[in-house]
Amino acid sequence: MNKRVVVTGLGVVSPNGVGIPDFLNAIQNGVSGIRFNPLYEELKFSCQVAGTPLFDWEGLKNYISEVSFYGLKARGIGYGLQAALDAWTDAGNQIESEETDWDTGCIFGNSIADTEAMKNVITRVDNKEVKKLGSRVVEQAMNSGVTSYISGRLGLGNKVITNSAACATGTQAILMGYEYIKHGYAKRMLVGSTEHVDTYVFGAFDSMRVLSRKFNDQPDRASRPMSTTAGGFVPGSGSAALVLEDLDYALARGAKIYAEVLGGSSNSGGQRGGGSMTAPAPAGVIRSIEEAVKLSGIEPNQIDLISGHLTATLADRFEIQNWSTALGRSGDDFPFVNSLKSMIGHSLSAAGSIESVASILQIVHGFVHPNVNLEDPNPEITNIIGNNCLPTTIVKTDVNIVAKANFGFGDVNSCLIFSKFNN
Amino acid sequence: MTRQEILDELKKVLTPYTADKEALAKVDENTDLIKDLKINSANLVDIIIDAESKYNIEIDYDSADRMTNVGSCIDVISEKMGQGQV
Repeated sequence: MNKRVVVTGLGVVSPNGVGIPDFLNAIQNGVSGIRFNPLYEELKFSCQVAGTPLFDWEGLKNYISEVSFYGLKARGIGYGLQAALDAWTDAGNQIESEETDWDTGCIFGNSIADTEAMKNVITRVDNKEVKKLGSRVVEQAMNSGVTSYISGRLGLGNKVITNSAACATGTQAILMGYEYIKHGYAKRMLVGSTEHVDTYVFGAFDSMRVLSRKFNDQPDRASRPMSTTAGGFVPGSGSAALVLEDLDYALARGAKIYAEVLGGSSNSGGQRGGGSMTAPAPAGVIRSIEEAVKLSGIEPNQIDLISGHLTATLADRFEIQNWSTALGRSGDDFPFVNSLKSMIGHSLSAAGSIESVASILQIVHGFVHPNVNLEDPNPEITNIIGNNCLPTTIVKTDVNIVAKANFGFGDVNSCLIFSKFNN
Repeated sequence: MTRQEILDELKKVLTPYTADKEALAKVDENTDLIKDLKINSANLVDIIIDAESKYNIEIDYDSADRMTNVGSCIDVISEKMGQGQV
């Protein structure tokens, strides 16, 4: 079987906008979602800014029952639930259902379930108060918490999988959902990813000295992908979700169609040939991009926009070099490139899904969002690609095909090709 | 505390765990927590933890097993509060 797969619903909880309308407005106007956090100063972190969604926690009562809401503390689950249920209703579906929907599954990823929940466990157990933990801890500390909450709320009965591939998680979840539908195993897949970077996860990255530390007093300037002054990434939190659907199924129910997923690839460089736990092997990255292009049935010169991984570390220039090699394009012949992380930071597992939603919105509304904080592009990057490929203000133009990739710890790569829908 | 006073307080403990507010309003000693209030059986342990904290008592496993309806909850709570059967 070889089904075409389309995107029929979108939902997002991003540091610079919660809900599609606010997020769309933010990415069109280069609105930053990065803010100073006094707690990080108190904790003596080098990086004291973060991308945190302005999230109305009490508003979750509109999404789940009061009984379910009472006792829910894991922020990553809250973000994921809201993004997923928003995508579901955006696709024209009802939340309430009596029956199990065997045709629809869910693949949602995260890196770390919820260390706040685990902290509660550790504190109680160490204080010999295990009896006070109650029944709601395990479901929030388990990695599959977010998929369990989503699929349970909607009655989804096809494959329900929680994936985890560090920063490649979100793109990988979308790719897996695409493949299930393409091969006929499911009619619809609710896919995405979520991340809540709490104090402890943040601290662990801070200790690696990979975070931005020179712009703590200017939060909106702190995330600077591809710039000469890029000095590390800014951790972010959030979630995004997409409803992927068998084209025939979508057409039969008269669904609106945002875009088509043409294909993708996920691989690993095997931590060989320059690859390591923390750095991607160029050969793996190049292979992933080449394979995604080939499996999508397009030519490299058809790509209008690259939504990069581009976190604002030394790896940015290697990433641009890899794209250039994989696509056989350079200079002014290179596609537009942008990094959403310039506005929201790097939300680890959630990055791939939030950036995919941004990619699709750029296709639907015909624009390339700006790279903010790119007043000083790195010459090692502009030696490879033209300055015109790196817009710092919005470019209104037809965007037919976007290549979206993310690369994660463990030398894991994932690349997707999204296209305008043409029947 | 009289049984009625315990029942009134117990209703507050049960509130977050039941979506059926009508059934909760009509609660009496025969009300079954799972069948009538449709409380998820996994949440019974949370109700016990909340009751322990509210009445400043400790409810052992065997006593907790008896707490299936409102009347038996009141029995256990009043026992543990040192009041015996009231």
